[in-house]
Amino acid sequence: MRNITAAASAAATVPSPDAAVEVRGICKMYAEMEALRSIDLDFPAGKLTTLLGPSGCGKTTLLKIIAGLIPATSGEVRVNGKPVTGPGPERAFVFQDFALMPWATVMRNVAFGLELKGVGKDERQAVAQKYIAEVGLSGFENKYPHELSGGMRQRVGLARAFAVNADVLLLDEPFSAVDEQNRRKFQEDLLRLVDLEKKTFIFVTHSIEEAVYCSDRIVILSRRPGRVAQIIEPEIDRTASPDAIRRDQGYLDTVEEIWQGLKRYVD
Amino acid sequence: MSAPAHANGSPRALPGTGASSFWGKLLEHRTALWRTASIGLFFLVWEIAGRIPISFAFPTFLETLRAFLTMLFDGSFVAAYAETLQPLVIGIAISAVLGVGLGIVMGLSRFAEWLVAPIFIVLQAAPMAALIPLITFVYGIGLVSKTLAVVMLALPVIALNGYKAVRNTNPSLVDMCRSFQGSWWQRIVKIILPDASPIIFAGLRLGLAAGFIGVILAELLITPTGIGDLITYHRSVADYPEMYAAVVSIILVSTLTLSALEAFEVRVLRPEKKKG
Repeated sequence: MRNITAAASAAATVPSPDAAVEVRGICKMYAEMEALRSIDLDFPAGKLTTLLGPSGCGKTTLLKIIAGLIPATSGEVRVNGKPVTGPGPERAFVFQDFALMPWATVMRNVAFGLELKGVGKDERQAVAQKYIAEVGLSGFENKYPHELSGGMRQRVGLARAFAVNADVLLLDEPFSAVDEQNRRKFQEDLLRLVDLEKKTFIFVTHSIEEAVYCSDRIVILSRRPGRVAQIIEPEIDRTASPDAIRRDQGYLDTVEEIWQGLKRYVD
Repeated sequence: MSAPAHANGSPRALPGTGASSFWGKLLEHRTALWRTASIGLFFLVWEIAGRIPISFAFPTFLETLRAFLTMLFDGSFVAAYAETLQPLVIGIAISAVLGVGLGIVMGLSRFAEWLVAPIFIVLQAAPMAALIPLITFVYGIGLVSKTLAVVMLALPVIALNGYKAVRNTNPSLVDMCRSFQGSWWQRIVKIILPDASPIIFAGLRLGLAAGFIGVILAELLITPTGIGDLITYHRSVADYPEMYAAVVSIILVSTLTLSALEAFEVRVLRPEKKKG
């Protein structure tokens, strides 16, 4: 029987030796508005951690601070022990709106991270080819983004992030612009890729089902100013079929528990 | 009630194959067909208006066409454009390089925007034709004045479009480039320029059209040379078909140049527009 136990601990900030990303006392002010208040978090290596919360709780802001795309007002982020001062090669970002270059083919988009690093054309195309196949886009190498569906475009974004071989992948609501059916298929593929690539994933979503289905650990942020409200580790047997997981009583209970916790933030 | 109508209508769903292929072919070229028809209609109205005549100085379409072909084959167009295109090409080249460059700098830096943008906004609003006599005062009646006239008309629109294009670069693409550790230079060359190119090129097209106006104005107002001379001369001796043919030739050359620029843009910078 695959039973899921939701282990909730309000302040699970015990420094673990296998943390790929450590967030220490991060605060973020936008002019007078306080977006994040003293966030302390560890993101375990090789796991998928989800940042979940009501809209406007600063989950995307936290992800972009980890990415080094926006500076924190105070506090520190360390990746593999090194403090973050800006974007770095050990992190790769997947964008909510895909951020694909409309003038470039799938091949060039996927290889773009390597192109920026000055990797030669043949070499980077060989790497890109591998990840295009891995995300299931073989045969679409010479298509342009506008010729692809939303789901396929985000697969390009994911392949581009894989291609630079970063340790940490940061995904900012990657499926929010993808339709429901494609999203389910994509979630299943993502789990397969998490297993295959052995990387640390930090995933922002506002979908409770998505969070419970995909995550090893769920961090729930409270409404503005964003603080860590709860950390949940759903223990789901990932070897089961996706449909079995979605019907599992423990899965449903975890979704319900999170919803009960989040309900008070919804107007 | 609708059932008999449907029964009556059904034979029409199976038209003769010969006729259908003819109409099918026609439909394929429908846009081209409508364009030709529209131009044809315009020429017809012109011909009728010329025959009424609405003015003794207004030639018919056929007279103008005859004059156009004569001038094309006796070399007067070639000689005229050899002269007209000189200040135009130099002026457009200067405006393109300077305008796109300044536009990009203004788009990237708030300080440059503050310093330079107001000048172009004022220049764009100024009545250039009134300023051309001023140029002749300073620079005489030679090539410099005519080139300056082209630059004054073409530069503001090119610079302002470039500036707006760069300022409106998709911020998500810029973030993407940063997150993959693209350098400052890579960000400009690989993201900002291609993303801004449709608007930059729209500015270049407008600038080129303005440049044509500039060079014709210069040739009419400063000294009659080239195509401006053709217009002035034929007007003074009342050869109205020839005068109109010269005007039409300007429109033709300008349209062809603009189409060529558009084709170049699609080919070089935005290959994805070729297919879709």
